[in-house]
Amino acid sequence: MSDLLELLGLGQAAELLSLSPPGWGRNLLVGLSRSLQIAAGAFGLGLLIGLLGAYGKLHGGKITRDLLAIYTTVIRAVPELVLILILYYVGTDLVNKASAALGGGPVEISGIAAGIWVLGVVQGAYATEVLRGAIQAIPPGQVEAARAFGMPGWTILRRVTIPAMMAFAVPGLANLWLIATKDTALLAVVGFSELTLETRQAASSTRAYFTFFMAAGALYLMVTLLSGALFARLEKWARRGQPSLKGGAR
Amino acid sequence: MIPLKELLQPHRILLMALFAGFVLWCAVSLRWDWIPQYLPLAAHGLWTTLWILLASIALGFPLAMLLGLAQAVGPWYLAWPAKGLCTVIRGTPLLLQIWLLYYGLGSLFPQFPWIRGSELWPYLRQAWPYALTALTLSYAGYEGEVMRGAFSSVAKGQLEAARAFGMPRRTIFRRIWLPQAVRNVLPTLGGETILQLKATPLIATITVIDIYAVSSRVRSDTFIVYEPLLLLALVYIVIALVIGQGFAWLERRVPR
Amino acid sequence: MPHFKSLCIAALTLMATTASAAEVKIGVAAEPYPPFSSPDSSGNWVGWEIEMIDAICAAAELDCVVTPVAWDGIIPSLNAKQIDAIMASMSITEERLKTIDFSDPYYNTPTVIVADKMLDIAPTPDSLAGKILGVQASTVHQAYAQKYFTDAEIRVYQTQDEANQDMIAGRIDATQADAMAMAEFVEGAACCEIKGPVADDPAILGLGVGAGVRKGDDALLAAFNKGVAAVIADGTRSAITEKYFGKDIF
Repeated sequence: MSDLLELLGLGQAAELLSLSPPGWGRNLLVGLSRSLQIAAGAFGLGLLIGLLGAYGKLHGGKITRDLLAIYTTVIRAVPELVLILILYYVGTDLVNKASAALGGGPVEISGIAAGIWVLGVVQGAYATEVLRGAIQAIPPGQVEAARAFGMPGWTILRRVTIPAMMAFAVPGLANLWLIATKDTALLAVVGFSELTLETRQAASSTRAYFTFFMAAGALYLMVTLLSGALFARLEKWARRGQPSLKGGAR
Repeated sequence: MIPLKELLQPHRILLMALFAGFVLWCAVSLRWDWIPQYLPLAAHGLWTTLWILLASIALGFPLAMLLGLAQAVGPWYLAWPAKGLCTVIRGTPLLLQIWLLYYGLGSLFPQFPWIRGSELWPYLRQAWPYALTALTLSYAGYEGEVMRGAFSSVAKGQLEAARAFGMPRRTIFRRIWLPQAVRNVLPTLGGETILQLKATPLIATITVIDIYAVSSRVRSDTFIVYEPLLLLALVYIVIALVIGQGFAWLERRVPR
Repeated sequence: MPHFKSLCIAALTLMATTASAAEVKIGVAAEPYPPFSSPDSSGNWVGWEIEMIDAICAAAELDCVVTPVAWDGIIPSLNAKQIDAIMASMSITEERLKTIDFSDPYYNTPTVIVADKMLDIAPTPDSLAGKILGVQASTVHQAYAQKYFTDAEIRVYQTQDEANQDMIAGRIDATQADAMAMAEFVEGAACCEIKGPVADDPAILGLGVGAGVRKGDDALLAAFNKGVAAVIADGTRSAITEKYFGKDIF
């Protein structure tokens, strides 16, 4: 194996990327796991905000709807990098003020929690639109039929709205998840040690920029392709029982 | 635009009053005395942001059409590389792509001493060619996927009718296929352009002085944190609104 | 509302761990800055300054934790209470003293210009006119270059390491930075040499490197002053310096 790598001129790269020191592979994997944790947390938080936001946009009062419109418009117009900086400082400030108001001392916010908060707020704006669109795409007859059978509101949500919405929401949500994994890279600029920052530190410590950036790119690509496959299965499952879309488009 | 009558509902007036109060509070209690000193630099930064945005779209869109066409109708030896390129660009963070282009390529320079003597060296020393390349490729990658869908969604009957009239293939493409494909993607183009705008601040990490870099400079010179960031966010919102309105206008002008 | 209050505290502790009273978070720049502080391949921070942090904290009887933060956001992070002190080779300058306080200096080195061996460059404004000079953002070197080297094209990098990398690549003609960091750099890079120190301007270049703390955090400031005095007096600093530089250069 190592002879083969040597033959391909990749011996040095393999050494740099090996999992035990002096190789930096372990650092990259630790960074990847932190990136995934932040992405998963932010995706979850975004989904929660998105559900509430979609509900507010469809059924909320006038003021709620206007505020939500401002939230989604602003978040979608300002670069994530700028939002991350603003939310990072505002968020930590708010938590410290809240803690001081409740009589506590300064609160140390872990990098992961701050990253989840920052990216979650950004994801929430997009998730609101995705879920709102998906709920609106449900044929109104389905909900009316459920109501006609005397189903209570909660059961309608659980048994009709959410399952029927899933098929429309999954492609948008899959896209959001991919954005979440890629946006974690922006946290490198704020100094969170996720995959991209670990990569840069490894690259500049060893001056092997090409090797490490390519390796990190491969890791991100792997995550993207794997999640793409998973979401494709999920979409198939969510569409079960519905007529195939193939061939019938337009 | 929202009609004036809709804006003058009681709850909106209240919200606007609250917002005006917030703006007033910002103007009075935050520090803005640094603005005059940094205005020339900010103007220069804004110009850099805008021209890189426009140039990357102008270069990226034709590339996207090629990528879309290759995937939609090309033979496998064109379709596969095009699909691969789109997948790689869409599957990795743009920040990483920018750093790979700038620092990755830069780290290879010392191994090839002749590069420094070449005609291209004055450009290779600058940061903006790398920024422009990365943003162009990124736009082409995302838009190529959209164009693939647009090309394959043009109704087959239209192309068959054109062929039945004996139109040459080139004319069919120019007069029937391309206009309809572009018409199909127009509603998404505005959104994609705003996404591209939101990607531009990343080039500040490779020493290009765009509007974001100017705000970082203010932050590091004066230790003022919120004010430059708020103003920066406002600048991006205004640009995004202009882009949105521009595409809405364009869409109204194009016949269905 | 005691119930609400306890709920809030529970929520805060959930997303963050309240720092124990004794723990002091020391911010270092999240970038390799040899020989002062850099991450190694097993994920630890090592270097002269890291050992000095340990020694000063031990002498001041503080329980310190090294916390990497993005350099250009390190002062905002201090003021947002994400960290409690900065020990990242930060020079004590008048400009920074308006925002934070500094302990007594624990080292002081000159500022030098490094350039390509082939180029005939002297560390003067005349010689650098028309040349491309790389500096790190938010440093005394950036402030100095912007005041004195007005005829040079100044390129601003997020980290000194990126400027070094572009020095090797030949994208910049010269870089201005700390003498000791540059000595380490030119030892490893065949391209470049130190061209000499710049003319001193204490108002900009500062009065040595100290530990930065929030304004009003006087107890911590006093502890650092005690620690700095102790490690200089008892020879600990000399021992650490000899380990890294072969001799005591202070």
